Amino acid sequence: MTQTIQTAPALPDAASAETAPGAEILLRALKDQGVEVIFGYPGGAVLPIYDAIFQQNAIRHILVRHEQAAVHAAEGYARSTGRVGVVLVTSGPGATNAVTGLVDALMDSIPIVCLTGQVPTHLIGNDAFQEADTTGITRPATKHNYLVKKPGDLARVVHEAFYVARSGRPGPVVIDLPKDILIGPAPYAEKPEQPHRSYRPATSPQPEQIARAIALLKTAKRPMIYIGGGVINSGDRASEALIRFVRKTGFPCTSTLMGLGAYPSSDKQFLGMLGMHGTYEANLAMHGCDVMLNVGARFDDRVTGRLNAFSPDSRKIHIDIDPSSINKNVAVEVPVIGDAGLALEALLEAWDANPAAAPDVSTWWAQIAQWQAIDCLKFRQTREKGGIIKPQHALQRLQDITRELGRETYISTEVGQHQMWAAQYLRFEKPNRWLTSGGLGTMGYGLPAAMGAQIAHPDALCIDVAGEASILMNIQEMATLAQYRLPVKVFILNNQYMGMVRQWQELLHGSRYSESYSEALPDFVKLADSFHAVGMRATCIDELDDVIRAMIAEPRAVIADICVDQKENCFPMIPSGAAHNDMILGPEHGTALADGRAAGLTDEGLVLV
Amino acid sequence: MNAITDQTIRSATISCLVENEAGVLARVIGLFSGRGYNIDSLTVAPVDDGRGRSRINIVTSGTAMVIEQIKAQLDRLVPVYRVGDLTMSGAHLARELALVKVIADGQMLIDALLEAGRHGARVVDATTGSFIFELSESTEVIDAFIGALRSLGLAEISRTGVAAMACGTSTI
Repeated sequence: MTQTIQTAPALPDAASAETAPGAEILLRALKDQGVEVIFGYPGGAVLPIYDAIFQQNAIRHILVRHEQAAVHAAEGYARSTGRVGVVLVTSGPGATNAVTGLVDALMDSIPIVCLTGQVPTHLIGNDAFQEADTTGITRPATKHNYLVKKPGDLARVVHEAFYVARSGRPGPVVIDLPKDILIGPAPYAEKPEQPHRSYRPATSPQPEQIARAIALLKTAKRPMIYIGGGVINSGDRASEALIRFVRKTGFPCTSTLMGLGAYPSSDKQFLGMLGMHGTYEANLAMHGCDVMLNVGARFDDRVTGRLNAFSPDSRKIHIDIDPSSINKNVAVEVPVIGDAGLALEALLEAWDANPAAAPDVSTWWAQIAQWQAIDCLKFRQTREKGGIIKPQHALQRLQDITRELGRETYISTEVGQHQMWAAQYLRFEKPNRWLTSGGLGTMGYGLPAAMGAQIAHPDALCIDVAGEASILMNIQEMATLAQYRLPVKVFILNNQYMGMVRQWQELLHGSRYSESYSEALPDFVKLADSFHAVGMRATCIDELDDVIRAMIAEPRAVIADICVDQKENCFPMIPSGAAHNDMILGPEHGTALADGRAAGLTDEGLVLV
Repeated sequence: MNAITDQTIRSATISCLVENEAGVLARVIGLFSGRGYNIDSLTVAPVDDGRGRSRINIVTSGTAMVIEQIKAQLDRLVPVYRVGDLTMSGAHLARELALVKVIADGQMLIDALLEAGRHGARVVDATTGSFIFELSESTEVIDAFIGALRSLGLAEISRTGVAAMACGTSTI
């Protein structure tokens, strides 16, 4: 007996004037852009798209449990692979729930294309059910946004959106899709040859600027290389070129939170992260350098501290693909507009071409070694049986054990003290392994981001380092982990407080812990169980290592509740309004805080976040 | 380096060529309000129907670093083709159109008409008790004309913003 096999109707080719329903044209455009995964949540306005997704296999849909998590998951996917993350949410509340994730992607320059449903074109502006002015609301929250009003625009807009999301400084793009456009017929259009009429960011650095930069670097006696997230966005080649450049020059380097992993953390030329919770040596070296090379960083306020005291005697070179980031906060002498990777490769060639000898920086390194000898990250962990776990120690052991086991590891974090400790104590040797919300500082980022990374790297070890307050913000994603059998490890540093808020309240507000205590916490072990995951707990130092090993060995998702010292503060710290050389060190260094008021803090500093 | 760190506030006339698409004006205004920049005057109109482009003229003010930021922020907007700083690029023309209504009678009305003649304004509406004068000139001349009419029955003013263009052969 012959069987009749139902095949989906063949899509018209680009040359013909034939059309297909808008939703199918949309999926075809996504497929042609190389999309393999969409993170989303259904709703009335996007039912046509969900129907089309159901009838194809090329693109996989991951059902999250909150639209904000869909965007964070797409961010984790994008940051861990270098590809564009794709989100699909419905109109009205679906779109508004996504806004936090979009602003997060905008601040951290992550390429995202977010498809939002919309009421039919004839109902727009009528206060229809689940209608929101998505384009109006997301205009300041995105790099660019589109409302597709004509079927003929659909495919073209999709291709354009991907181009905008990934070109120049990457960022989130929203495409608002009215339901009638998705149901009615639309023609297909291939990816255009000329990607865009007005938006063509410059990526090649000007040779004269590169030559000026090299000439300046060769005169340096106390140089410093300051690495930012732009190197990660530029890709693996940029990281490779950076490593060769740093090694060739013999200069010290430091990284922002977003740039960690661009240069191997264990290398002796790396001084650690800089900034508000950066290392003593990195901050003092930035403060005292005479030539600073900024590659792909934006002189953010967490890094600079008080601007009029920031690196006062240095001459600065700033490489950035976004011209508006140059001379925004800090005036620089040699601006270089271009892609970080291309600029670094040009610097390498120009270094060799410039006849001046490489500068002797041995005296500078001797000074840096003195600062490193302070050992600013040291802490004391009791070894007594039943002793309390220090959060820094918990991360140190996580680092040691994951290194020992040698698996490809991705680390995401939530926001707060645990995030800073993770940046200080975990070592990142490669780019795209570190997923954190730097610019916006979104609590609830880490679990969905780790989920996105796990989808992209099914065999890797994906760990969300979390605080017990942050983890509750997107806890519903445990259900997504269960559905797709994603073995994400949630490593909670549970100190029963919103640690960073508590720290600032201790330092600046006379220890008045207003609303920063984590009251009525759930039992995380039972919580894990209820979400079909495995729960573990370590309450004292004897239990820690076993829990970490069990967590990593467990093939299912895990919540590990690590009870840590409640009173730990994150050091070093540059209090807001202070300068880089005004750091407060931890109690191990004998500079305890008096009267709950930090040294060097001004009233001006108090009003800064 | 000194130029960029100079703290004196200057006025800048910026023209940009943008895609004539829905929302582009909202985008530009949102940029200014979101970042706290001044808009002293703003005009927009299509200039190139065939290729769907518009020109936005903005008069703003700030320190040198702020003006550079404004230009860079405008330039990185996706629908923006080009940004030109007319104040920096040499001689340029800046013109506004004003419609000014005077309600008066007798000698006051006659004096208002004489004032209009003095400033080069023309009469576009006249009744026995009112005039509407139209003047297309620089902002300073229009300000002076309006100032002169304040005691002569000035009743209503309607002004466009500044349209500006570089002199000579250069274009933005």
